[in-house]
Amino acid sequence: MEILVCIKRVPDAAENEFELNPAGNDINREDLVYSVNEWDNYAVEEAIQMVDDLGGRVTVVTVGDDDDEEILRREMAMGADNGVLLADDAFKGSDGQGLAAILKAEIGQGDYDLILTGAQADEGAGQVGGMLAAMLDLPYASLVNKIEILDGKTIRVGREIEGGSQEINEIQLPCVLSIQTGINDPRYVGIRGIRKVAKVDIPKKSAADLGLDPAGMGEAGAKTRRVDYFVPDAGGGAEMLEGSTEEIVETLIEKLKANGGL
Amino acid sequence: MTQIFAYIPFKNGSADDIALEYPSAAEKIDAGAGVTAVVTGAGPDLDGVANELTQVYSQVLKIDHGALSYPNAEIVRKALLKVLPADAIILFPHDTFGMDLAPGLSVKMDAAYAADIVDVEGIEGTTLKTVRQELGGAVSTHAAVDLSAGAVMTVRPGAFAPVDAATAQGCVMDKSAEVGDLTAPRKFIEVVEAETGDVDITKSDILVSVGRGIEDEENIEMAEELAAAMGGVVSCSRPIVDAKWMEKSRQVGTSGQTVKPKVYMAMGISGSFQHMGGVKGNPFIVAVNKNPKAPIFQVAEVGILEDILEFMPELSEKIEEMSG
Repeated sequence: MEILVCIKRVPDAAENEFELNPAGNDINREDLVYSVNEWDNYAVEEAIQMVDDLGGRVTVVTVGDDDDEEILRREMAMGADNGVLLADDAFKGSDGQGLAAILKAEIGQGDYDLILTGAQADEGAGQVGGMLAAMLDLPYASLVNKIEILDGKTIRVGREIEGGSQEINEIQLPCVLSIQTGINDPRYVGIRGIRKVAKVDIPKKSAADLGLDPAGMGEAGAKTRRVDYFVPDAGGGAEMLEGSTEEIVETLIEKLKANGGL
Repeated sequence: MTQIFAYIPFKNGSADDIALEYPSAAEKIDAGAGVTAVVTGAGPDLDGVANELTQVYSQVLKIDHGALSYPNAEIVRKALLKVLPADAIILFPHDTFGMDLAPGLSVKMDAAYAADIVDVEGIEGTTLKTVRQELGGAVSTHAAVDLSAGAVMTVRPGAFAPVDAATAQGCVMDKSAEVGDLTAPRKFIEVVEAETGDVDITKSDILVSVGRGIEDEENIEMAEELAAAMGGVVSCSRPIVDAKWMEKSRQVGTSGQTVKPKVYMAMGISGSFQHMGGVKGNPFIVAVNKNPKAPIFQVAEVGILEDILEFMPELSEKIEEMSG
């Protein structure tokens, strides 16, 4: 089983408080803590477990720049066999379809049975997997929370749907799946693992290496462009209770009594 | 201007709530455009929904085919590609169905894709300015969408005001004969319904709901104590289920249970829209969180900036003291 997993380096939502930069055209990226997109970690773990059972290799790929090499190494420390960095100034400002086109070009240079992405990333769009599948003319299932290999050519996948139910489908390989969190328990990556892969060569490919025309890529080729960032008006907004913890507890108890909570 | 289409999912013979929300979104995209509802399925349920929609939409486009008896995204996509004009603007809900179908459809239509739209701020030429959220709702962005070759958009359920039904007297157009072969390499097998757990959180008036802020499985005991003191039960957000600290049946959210308590104690929960999508009935929401920018503070009635691991035991103790 040759499995490719598309991953992304994102600002860690659990570790950062986000603020806008003075120009208002981006978040303040100084001192941000970055990590592998949470959903992608589950996708890589799933790929590693499949290869452990069936043999084969796991390749991790990302579109980005030199800073993004660290997440490829992290996932290789986890157990992925190869990493590939797709980096070119021409890729900057790509929309989902642009990213999918770049990934498609890389996939065309290999021979994969299964392509995985995380169900979504920091932008919350959940778009690249479905676009990639359509561009490759491969079957697709999103929000996958169970994979069962039936006979080497067919897999049975569970998709998460509303209300905690699961939709079961059978799909022919090769295919593209986007992986939902909770499908497995991603393994811990220790310092020793990171050190082991610190010197492994990670190939870096440009638009030319991928046979892509830089002119139609990135922002120039994007049909959807982010214009700016802003902080939305707070809806009703909570009444913030202040004072010592004891005072807050007392006020809260009164409010709970008044609203049927006690 | 191009025609706007709105794909209407339905279940057990009733149109999804978003059927009443799309018209507001379409009005903001282009007030002059006609809006056509699109329904796909098979048999009497489909006819019932199509007829019901004529009270909201002036045109309802119906595709009736045995292969569409379950909304398999790949088959629905194939059917839509046969009947939509090349430069159509088509709206889907940003839910598990929309996310499955819409991105690939945009590629096949060679149209722009805009995901999870929460608002629309006007059009200039063929560029539409949309509003969406990133980083779990921590920041919002404006995105410019080029509509010149059509667009596929997913709309966040609940983001646009529902319109009153029974205002239109529309007609149903049957496009079933145009779709032809609808086979696809992805075969739907079955839906496995969620297991019911030991506690039914949908039946409790008081929920003490824990999120990432609980930090460790052992700390859930603190929430259990608080819930016991308040006469409620403990529920949770998705990461707690992913970490396997609680059963799926305790999860509140669009991918978990829909709850309608009187009081919702959001403890260490950031308040993503997927989570809040499961909290209905306008409960009294108390949010306790260390992060002053947590989106939960925008929807809660009462906010408390504290570490839940210190706050919950103090609150439990005081309530227990009070009840003697």
